[in-house]
Amino acid sequence: MIAVELAKMFRRPRTWVTIALLNALPVLVAALLALTDLAPRPGEGPPFLSAVLTNGTLYPLAALAIVLPLFLPIAVALIAGDAVAGEAQAGTLRYLLVRPAGRTRLLVAKLISVVAFVLVTVLVVAAVGYLVGQVFFDVQPISGARATGGTALSGTSLTPAQITGRTVLAIGYVTASMLGVAAFALFFSTLTDSPLAAMLGALAVLIASSLLFTLDAASSIAPYLPTRYWLAFVDFFRDPILWRDVVRGLGLQAVYVAVLLGAAWANFTTKDVTS
Amino acid sequence: MTAAVIATQGLVKRFGHLRAVDGIDLDVRAGDVYGFLGANGSGKTTTVRMLLGLVLPTSGEISLLGERMPKAARKVLPRVGALIESPAAYGHLSGRANLTLLDAAGPGGSRRTRRARVGEVLEQVGLAGVGRRPVKAYSLGMRQRLGLAGALLRRPELLVLDDPTNGLDPQGIHEVRDLLLELHRGGTTVFLSSHLLAEVEQLCSRVGVLDRGRLVLQDDLATLTAPTGATVVETPDPLRVRAALDGRVLSLDATRAVVRGADPAEVNAALVAAGVPVTGLALQRPTLEEVVLAAAGGSADRVDGTEGRARR
Repeated sequence: MIAVELAKMFRRPRTWVTIALLNALPVLVAALLALTDLAPRPGEGPPFLSAVLTNGTLYPLAALAIVLPLFLPIAVALIAGDAVAGEAQAGTLRYLLVRPAGRTRLLVAKLISVVAFVLVTVLVVAAVGYLVGQVFFDVQPISGARATGGTALSGTSLTPAQITGRTVLAIGYVTASMLGVAAFALFFSTLTDSPLAAMLGALAVLIASSLLFTLDAASSIAPYLPTRYWLAFVDFFRDPILWRDVVRGLGLQAVYVAVLLGAAWANFTTKDVTS
Repeated sequence: MTAAVIATQGLVKRFGHLRAVDGIDLDVRAGDVYGFLGANGSGKTTTVRMLLGLVLPTSGEISLLGERMPKAARKVLPRVGALIESPAAYGHLSGRANLTLLDAAGPGGSRRTRRARVGEVLEQVGLAGVGRRPVKAYSLGMRQRLGLAGALLRRPELLVLDDPTNGLDPQGIHEVRDLLLELHRGGTTVFLSSHLLAEVEQLCSRVGVLDRGRLVLQDDLATLTAPTGATVVETPDPLRVRAALDGRVLSLDATRAVVRGADPAEVNAALVAAGVPVTGLALQRPTLEEVVLAAAGGSADRVDGTEGRARR
């Protein structure tokens, strides 16, 4: 069942078009930066972007930071929102269920394929970012093992090994953040027969969350907003690593994922499939 | 021989105030070709979906192949093939890939025999030569055939078909009918939901008629269309029939008279003796259409002002 869902997703051209489009923006940004040499000043623009002109090894992180606020959530919401509602709209849901695929099994398989999509997407963005960083920007020589591999945001130096390790941690953290989006979209996907409605519902939640986050009057609920700790992956590049927000972010996502998947399961296993 | 394949007791489905299915007791036996008739909106599809565990009943019980549904779905449904409303497939994949994925998505289909079974059912429904073309390039008739192939994939004991000839041309309908009869001869029980009376009349051995959520009729087709005990006389001069067989004439029109009497030979002899010209004689049988119209009310699509539908 899981293999079937994975095959369905990765054999679908749309999946790869989504991933390709997602990578277009970081590549464009890199090209513009390399051509004009006009990096944003430190502290402005997306994180890491100011540093990449001097060190291309940070570009995977800059690429993630570029797509994280909007593009990545859209892609995840698109795929996760389509998971159940798309099958319902196409009419294939009823054939899967009388096959019988089992509603819980189907939902779990969908969830796993969505997680796989998130992981693949984040990895591809990082990989493309790495290539772009190597091509467009100066790369600090890695051969000088004791030479500075890069500069942490707090000013101290990181070795290339440290950068690699922390990049992996950051990729993991971004993936976890996206699971919250996926859970929202998957839950909405069990509520409606329209994949578009499910995706827009999830995006509406994220936009509302981002908006409330900027509002002082909403500061009392700010710690519970799903997007609150998304950019905490930047903290992996402080020296020492600032764990506080990262841990809170993971905890918050875990709660959202658990509650929403529980709701999705409860709804999907008891609903009349009339599509 | 007469083991119940589908049996429901007091099956009810309520959507809000609307009782879409209102206490039906289906009885489909092994070896039947069961025609499930009803106007659009009479609750056919909801019933079919309840049988297959897609819609959960408000109350009542369903037993499918001797097992309780929807509880035993995982055990029973692999033995059932279904075509529900319209066929559906993933447009970007070929028919073969669709069937392979569908077979892999649930229990009861051995991986080892999958390739062979897929090839076999494609052959059966006449899609063997379609190759790698994606389903989105299929015509409606081809999609219908593919849907049927999916239903046949695991050699089901019971086929539940909702309008299987929808979208097929006359040759296609004929082929599907032959295929169903062939499967039936092989021991498959067929449950055919349709609003096409002619289709049911040609195929089915038993008939159930649904009207506004109620099963108003359920019997053998042969019983329903049994001779009425009257004889239809065709004659250029019906008035003389009345003169010759006074008191036995049930109705008259311009070229026909219906006469009480289950023996056409006797009726003929009496008419010939009286010198009435007779051009045709037949036992009167009600058509399925007449039976259904007598049993069911108006079209369920009609929503009249007062008490138009069985609402509330």
